[in-house]
Amino acid sequence: MSDDAPRLEGPLPPAALDDPHLQPYAKHPERAQAVAAVAMVVGFVGFIGFGVAYWVGDNPQWEAVTLGGGLLALGFGVTAWGKYLMPQGPFEEERHEFHSTEAEREAMTAAVTERGGMVLKRRRLLGGLFALGSTAMGIVLLFPLIRSLGPKPGTTLFETNWRKNSQLVTLDGRPVRVDDLAVGGVLTVFPKGHTGSSQDQVILIRLAQLGPLDPPLVIHPPGRTDWGVQGYVAYSKMCTHLGCPVGLYQEQTQQLVCPCHQSIFNVQSGCIPEFGPAPRPLPQLPLTADSAGNLRSQNGFNQAVGPGFWERP
Amino acid sequence: MIDETIDRSLRWLDDRLGIAKGGRTFLDKIFPDHWSFMLGEIALYSFVVLLATGVFLSLYYIPSAHEVVYHGSYVPLRGQRVSEAYSSSVSLSFDVKSGLLMRQAHHWAADIFLGSIAVHMARVFFTGAFRKPREFNWIVGVSMLILGIVNGFLGYSLPDDLVSGTGIRIAYSIIESIPLVGSYLGTFLFGGNYPGNGVIIPRFYILHVLIVPLLLIGLLAAHLGLLVKQKHTQFKGKGKTEHNVVGTPMFPTFIAKTTGFLFMTSAVIFLLGGLAQINPIWQFGQYEPYQISYAVQPDWYMGWLDGALRIMPSWEWVGWGHTIPLEVFLPAVIFPGLIFNIFIVWPFIESRHTKDLAYHNLLDRPRDRPLRTAAGVAMLTLLFMVFFASSTDVLANFFQVPLVGVLWFFRIAVIVAPVIAAVVAYKICNEMRAAEGIGKRKRPQIVTRSSTGEYSTTEAEPRPGDGVDELDAIPVPTYIDLVPPELATGAGVRRVMR
Repeated sequence: MSDDAPRLEGPLPPAALDDPHLQPYAKHPERAQAVAAVAMVVGFVGFIGFGVAYWVGDNPQWEAVTLGGGLLALGFGVTAWGKYLMPQGPFEEERHEFHSTEAEREAMTAAVTERGGMVLKRRRLLGGLFALGSTAMGIVLLFPLIRSLGPKPGTTLFETNWRKNSQLVTLDGRPVRVDDLAVGGVLTVFPKGHTGSSQDQVILIRLAQLGPLDPPLVIHPPGRTDWGVQGYVAYSKMCTHLGCPVGLYQEQTQQLVCPCHQSIFNVQSGCIPEFGPAPRPLPQLPLTADSAGNLRSQNGFNQAVGPGFWERP
Repeated sequence: MIDETIDRSLRWLDDRLGIAKGGRTFLDKIFPDHWSFMLGEIALYSFVVLLATGVFLSLYYIPSAHEVVYHGSYVPLRGQRVSEAYSSSVSLSFDVKSGLLMRQAHHWAADIFLGSIAVHMARVFFTGAFRKPREFNWIVGVSMLILGIVNGFLGYSLPDDLVSGTGIRIAYSIIESIPLVGSYLGTFLFGGNYPGNGVIIPRFYILHVLIVPLLLIGLLAAHLGLLVKQKHTQFKGKGKTEHNVVGTPMFPTFIAKTTGFLFMTSAVIFLLGGLAQINPIWQFGQYEPYQISYAVQPDWYMGWLDGALRIMPSWEWVGWGHTIPLEVFLPAVIFPGLIFNIFIVWPFIESRHTKDLAYHNLLDRPRDRPLRTAAGVAMLTLLFMVFFASSTDVLANFFQVPLVGVLWFFRIAVIVAPVIAAVVAYKICNEMRAAEGIGKRKRPQIVTRSSTGEYSTTEAEPRPGDGVDELDAIPVPTYIDLVPPELATGAGVRRVMR
């Protein structure tokens, strides 16, 4: 039907059974029917199979093959029925522009502006007061919606449980001694009493030697030369990018790598970020060893650990 | 007999609901035949599977960070103290019959849901189906894409395994990066500084199973309702105009085909769910904030955000006693916000540019709109580049090249590649438009060699779609003479007028 043809009006004669629009798409409808029938039988068998697989249990592969196979076959069968055996037309329907007439549009605007104007423009005071009240309601309702959720951050983002003389312990609470790690070894440690804490996690590294007979190599940034002890250095394990644990220590290159977004920190020069998105060095924890040979912190961190935030100076 | 029963029931319903007129029109609704119209159906049907498998999972999953001792049938975990969320996720995989199939099917369905939305959206974009009067439906669709991504993230975070827990940690830090309010939003949402006081799993749960799905269902109803009201678009072709729709009717042809398609989409999801392992949480172990795994990638639809975070330079802004972590805020908040806003306003940008205020029910061929196609190709290239950038570590390992080199490649490629791709796409479109007869199916020529060695050429029989012998479209007939014409004698033939 062309663009300017008149719209259909009045009753249509019934279509004859041999109308070409009603004929199957398949050249050989019997064959198409046979294929669809076989597919549907396979589907039926598949679902019975799923029942058996479920009853036997413990085999997701068989469950998938039977259920998926059943769905696939039955779906194929009914699709083939629809596509090859049902009328394909082409049929058409008219598309009407659904916008209203100009008069209806005008009436709509008038209903809003004139009826609304009649009451609102005369009673500006009431309109204003209602707006004021509902705005206040909207704002105060945000309090329980948002403020009730949790505490203010306060100083928690700046704090860790590392204090002066905190004892370094492993995840299972065992104190860390100066001879615990071989050269090149790493260990995740916590302050005693706070094992497993996200904010307090520290990576303890015993730095490598250049050769088997050389003294342990420690290059500290200026001002922190006494922050390590016997080749041990300790850094916050929270990446300064997004807080992932910086868990990959590459001994050969003396780098700590964050597996999340591949920030690379140079262990030998105070864990400054060498590459990747991390903006700041990992904060260093100053270490000391007590007379019994246990590792302890000289002090807490001198800055907030982890990723950046607005209140961080 | 059955016909009389149907007639009686429909009359009973029509007396009360007045369904006859609208119902008939609905059964006559015409669906254009084109494979690309099935992409949205894949999204719809994978959503159906998501709801069904999700209801199953919700009967067994326990949204709680409370610590329990695992006693299930997965031996390596027995006796360990884990969260109830993790324990119940492992248990519903191994100790609930068909549980693993349902859990993996749910995960696959989510990946397919978002994949089909993305491809469907590309189809709608490149063919110009978003133009007047369908701008609303485009926006509804983009909103569903955003909600789908959000719900995917919430969902894969629920098992409390090592990989997803790392994702939650990253999400917290992203919230924290928002200037002024970030720290507050973070501690509000998590009930304290990370990892909070254990409320995040129940909160994610209620968002994942109730609030976001409710929004999605509402938007889906609007999407389909608008589709029926505004009717389908269609490609240009014989007898197809701006004022009609040509195709097959809802009942019975489309119903049969689409039911089959629902079954086949579910089939693929369940086959994947049982045969292709996805998210083996028992191998990752429970999340601990101090543990991490190598080569951790999020689900594919989060990849573009992860990639953007990876290739961003470390530009933290510090001044006046404050910090703005631009290296996080720009790629993880501003970048996706910008992309989604471009999506939403595109129909209005385009109509302002073309000054085209007409209704458009016939679809464009992408090559006929070189500028739009080039813009779309540039956007896709950008998104693919940041997507691939989310596997810098894997690529560096696989190709045995330095990680730093891979990263620099992507930093340059996200800027250069979209420009090159857009220029190439623009040129190709114009070349194709200039070439005559392109895109039309060529009738094969059959060359025959006779027994005497002579060659002759004949044209092959026309195939459907060749435009030969194609019937004119007619309105869907309501009444059909069920007596075969050779038996029709005039008397006894039903002649009821429409």
